[in-house]
Amino acid sequence: MSEDILDQLTQSDYKYGFTTDIETDIIPIGLSEDVVRIISAKKNEPEWMLEFRLKAYRHWLTMEMPSWAHLEIPKIDFQSIAYYAAPRKNAPQSLDEVDPELLKTFNKLGISMEEQKMLSGMAVDVVMDSISVKTTFKESLAEKGIIFCSFSEAVEHHPDLVQKYMGSVVPYADNFFATLNCAVFSDGSFVYIPKGVRCPMELSTYFRINAINTGQFERTLIIADEDSYVSYLEGCTAPMRDENQLHAAIVEIIAMKNAEVKYSTVQNWYPGDKNGVGGIYNFVTKRGICKGDSSKISWTQVETGSAVTWKYPSCILLGDNSSAEFYSVAVTNHHQQADTGTKMLHIGKNTSSHILSKGISAGKSQNSYRGLVKINPKAENARNYSQCDSLLLGDKCGAHTFPYMEVDNDTAIVEHEATTSKINEDQIFYCNQRGISTEDAVGLIVNGYAKEVLNQLPMEFAVEAQKLLQITLEGSVG
Amino acid sequence: MEQQYIDLYKQHHESIKKHSTGVMNDLRDDAFALFEKLHFPTVALENYKYSDLKAGLSIDYGVNINRIPIPVNPYEVFTCDVPGIHSYLYFVVNDAFYPVKDIRNNSLPEGVIIGSVNQVAETHPELVKQYFGKLSSKKEDGLIAFNGAFAQDGFFMYVPKNVVLDKPVQLVNIMRSDVDFMANSHNLIILEEGAKAQLLVCDHTVDDVRFLSNRVTEVFVSENATYEHYKLENMHVKTTNLATLLIDQQASSNVLANVITLHNGQTRNMVEIDLDGEHCETLLCGMVIGDKNQQVDNFTSIIHNKPNCHSRELFKYVLDDMAKGGFTGKLYVAKDAQKTAAFQTNRNILLSKTAKMRTKPQLEIYADDVKCSHGATIGQLDESAKFYMQARGISGEEARLLLMFAFTNDVIENIRIPALQDRIKLLVEKRLRGELSKCEGCVICQ
Amino acid sequence: MLEIKNLHANINGKEILKGLNLVVRPGEIHAIMGPNGAGKSTLASVLTGNQAFEVTKGDVTFYGKNLLELSPEDRSREGIFLSFQYPVEIPGVSMVNFMRTALNEHRKYKNLEPLSATDFLRTMREKKELVEMDNKLANRSVNEGFSGGEKKRNEIFQMAMLDPRLSILDETDSGLDIDALRIVANGVNKLKTADNASIVITHYQRLLDYIVPDFVHVLYDGRIVKSGGKELALELEERGYDWIKQEVDGK
Repeated sequence: MSEDILDQLTQSDYKYGFTTDIETDIIPIGLSEDVVRIISAKKNEPEWMLEFRLKAYRHWLTMEMPSWAHLEIPKIDFQSIAYYAAPRKNAPQSLDEVDPELLKTFNKLGISMEEQKMLSGMAVDVVMDSISVKTTFKESLAEKGIIFCSFSEAVEHHPDLVQKYMGSVVPYADNFFATLNCAVFSDGSFVYIPKGVRCPMELSTYFRINAINTGQFERTLIIADEDSYVSYLEGCTAPMRDENQLHAAIVEIIAMKNAEVKYSTVQNWYPGDKNGVGGIYNFVTKRGICKGDSSKISWTQVETGSAVTWKYPSCILLGDNSSAEFYSVAVTNHHQQADTGTKMLHIGKNTSSHILSKGISAGKSQNSYRGLVKINPKAENARNYSQCDSLLLGDKCGAHTFPYMEVDNDTAIVEHEATTSKINEDQIFYCNQRGISTEDAVGLIVNGYAKEVLNQLPMEFAVEAQKLLQITLEGSVG
Repeated sequence: MEQQYIDLYKQHHESIKKHSTGVMNDLRDDAFALFEKLHFPTVALENYKYSDLKAGLSIDYGVNINRIPIPVNPYEVFTCDVPGIHSYLYFVVNDAFYPVKDIRNNSLPEGVIIGSVNQVAETHPELVKQYFGKLSSKKEDGLIAFNGAFAQDGFFMYVPKNVVLDKPVQLVNIMRSDVDFMANSHNLIILEEGAKAQLLVCDHTVDDVRFLSNRVTEVFVSENATYEHYKLENMHVKTTNLATLLIDQQASSNVLANVITLHNGQTRNMVEIDLDGEHCETLLCGMVIGDKNQQVDNFTSIIHNKPNCHSRELFKYVLDDMAKGGFTGKLYVAKDAQKTAAFQTNRNILLSKTAKMRTKPQLEIYADDVKCSHGATIGQLDESAKFYMQARGISGEEARLLLMFAFTNDVIENIRIPALQDRIKLLVEKRLRGELSKCEGCVICQ
Repeated sequence: MLEIKNLHANINGKEILKGLNLVVRPGEIHAIMGPNGAGKSTLASVLTGNQAFEVTKGDVTFYGKNLLELSPEDRSREGIFLSFQYPVEIPGVSMVNFMRTALNEHRKYKNLEPLSATDFLRTMREKKELVEMDNKLANRSVNEGFSGGEKKRNEIFQMAMLDPRLSILDETDSGLDIDALRIVANGVNKLKTADNASIVITHYQRLLDYIVPDFVHVLYDGRIVKSGGKELALELEERGYDWIKQEVDGK
């Protein structure tokens, strides 16, 4: 394919790159114990929450930023970031009270809440910069005993649940970025599904970073009690800015006996421009525990954004007969770098996990899969199947696979397969011969390649994800 | 222990150098400085994640820096008979080339040089200087650096342009000592353009003491040359065997390396093959049969630096008892290495509750027009196949053996010396039947 | 409609076509026969713009347009269809999605509105019957897991969908049993009109029992060395290619 097409196609713009003019309440940049206290005070937190934050902060001071990932990250100055930014008009009670500018933002994002309500019957929580702005459908969910609210509200109204489960999957000392999150997290979503309840709609959170020089540190806690089911969606966008913005989130999922949690992400943080200027640094710790027997957790992610992605949604398979899935499509273009994958820790008997990862690299990007499958000595009859495929578009990018398999039980069957190849010229020519342009052919082929993963997404997300893949890759074929 | 070696070097580096040769000594101080910086590797290092060498490295080994000849007749203590194999036969005892003239070796083709690095450094100084340390001195690795500081000699082989060795060269390494003992050696193998050679390296122990062998082998395979390297390890359980094999391939060369561990204590094989010319063919194979407390880590890299090369890698492990296996297979394709085809397979069977396997296949790819894949599995024997055999009247135990044998067979089939292939088939079968639960010709292991 | 003058083409520096001339007019069926390696498939690739081949000399015009300047997709949109000798598998891309994209690209080229989903599906249903194609095949990924015969039928189905002015059937008979051959040939014949034309590339005469050519050309060593009516095909079937080779090489 000609260089022209490549150039022409790599010019495509990030369509979510607008900023919103709304009053924002930002605390001064920098990080100290005082800042941690200010954040806690602004949120009127109870003493135990402040203690948790301070414990994490003090531990964080002893830690160093990890360097094992296949990523080149310039030194991050943690003192030049604002750790709290909230739209000033807080906690609206109805849509009428929501800042009109904010509503416009949501409309631009294509998540007009009204529309969402009508069309998809989806409950949405929007986290803008650091604060959870609005949760729809709260009342109708409450009838079933489902709690879906901002994390701050949960701290206020459901302190028992928060205290019991927060940090139980990702401990405060887990890793550099998770510990930082524990110290300074601002808000996020909280979900509790009671025993025997199937959540009747998809729950959804949209994350958006808006304010300049702001870090976003949200945390999500999902608890699915016995015999319950929930499907949870997460979307992310950010405006275009020249400097890098930091995002370090935590997601914890707890699945009790027979419970099932599906967690889907379409991550589309601003990836930086085509010269690698700007973009979000995305360091996320996501982990679920299949705590009860026969529980199930499924992660699906479509990663198209961020300048740097460092993310390993993982599962601890503690309950007997529990199962876990990880489906991932990661697309990188221009100067993006992604190091993403999963960890499956098999502890219970008859546990099974399935990993399907599709990496697509274009431009000058680097795309790595990193995964660990660990079978503990007592995990009888554990099963894992992993497949990691990489597709290369263009000769300046890299595609890497780093799977780790550690097996301590002789009844386990663990299989891993990986392939790397370039996009097939014959397929492109075949499409051309039928009148399909090279650009469209690449879109078709890549979507076909990622189909098994996209099929895991709820319908509304799948369509958006398909479009994103196409936009991210526009013209990246050389 | 480490400090003891550092002190030893500082106090006795003159003696070490006195009993070695200029080419080796030239690199020695730098290697030592590097070792002081890197130290002995620990599991904290990503490259040693699956090789815990702490126990093996904390023993107070004797070293023979003054190179006092060790009284031994290798023909008496060891009879590595591969029936029907016709080979040029050489011995290294600990780290010393054994100066016995074997009548079989008189028919070496003209121009071929086989001997010790020290000898050849005197007779052909330019040749040794041109190649020695060219691969090893660039490596940031504690064990290689340690070897660079302490190795005083090694095996040397040179095959001139277009010369084809009609028989394999067999190199028998024998570890022999009355006290716990450490040997460092550095081998150098050079094949000129169009040359062809097969080397069979057999590692054995003969005394009931603890051994540590830290060996670095550098191999240079020039254009159109063909080289086969077989390493057969049959050592006792008190041995720590650290073997580094570095191979550099030039254009259109063909290399087969096959690393077989039948019996050992703790082994770490580091194999790195650099493809530095176009149209290279590489096949790297290995097999491990481990039981008791044996530990084997094969840490391998195939580096595609140039376009149009083809590599395959195949490793199989059968682990019983408390055996621990590790495998790392790094497949690296550099930016301009277009049209690379590289395939890697690692399959492992665990036979007991307490056996452990760690595997880490890796693809690191910076070129787009490539076909690369890896597959790794950890599992058990195919029960349905076993049942099928039983239904045909084969006993369960026999079916199990047949399946294990079949499992390892594709590695054995990649041995291109028929007599050796037959021999290894027999040894593997004996090993799987439990008749070779100790290394052959040795009474130490229980 | 198609005029090929003194066409020379290379692959990897090796000259395959060495001065080929051919004129095709609407309503005609041309058969191109020849021994293996004569350059038959190369001709198909060059006409459709496969970049593996380099045209070093000569002209090709299609309805007066310089074909060699057009991209592969524009050649397709101009109405040139190739039934591939080895149809390519595209995993994950459904036939429906693939065909709709292709058809709408063709329509866009002609400044037509995209077909509505209903109209498209109806067209698809109609055309499927033409090649007796199983409904299930249409829902699968492009050519993935298709048998040899299914792939070839799928090619003719696509030809029916895109309604080309010139279709090139490259060894469409290879790997087909007699029933599949009949179905494929029937499909081609039904699509035949006074305004379109076909070039049938084949090694054997048997396809020509079903698709009767107006002209038969023998391609040998990169040139058309003999042309005639359909009886030439029968003669080739009987006598093989050696006499042609001798005739040519003897000159």
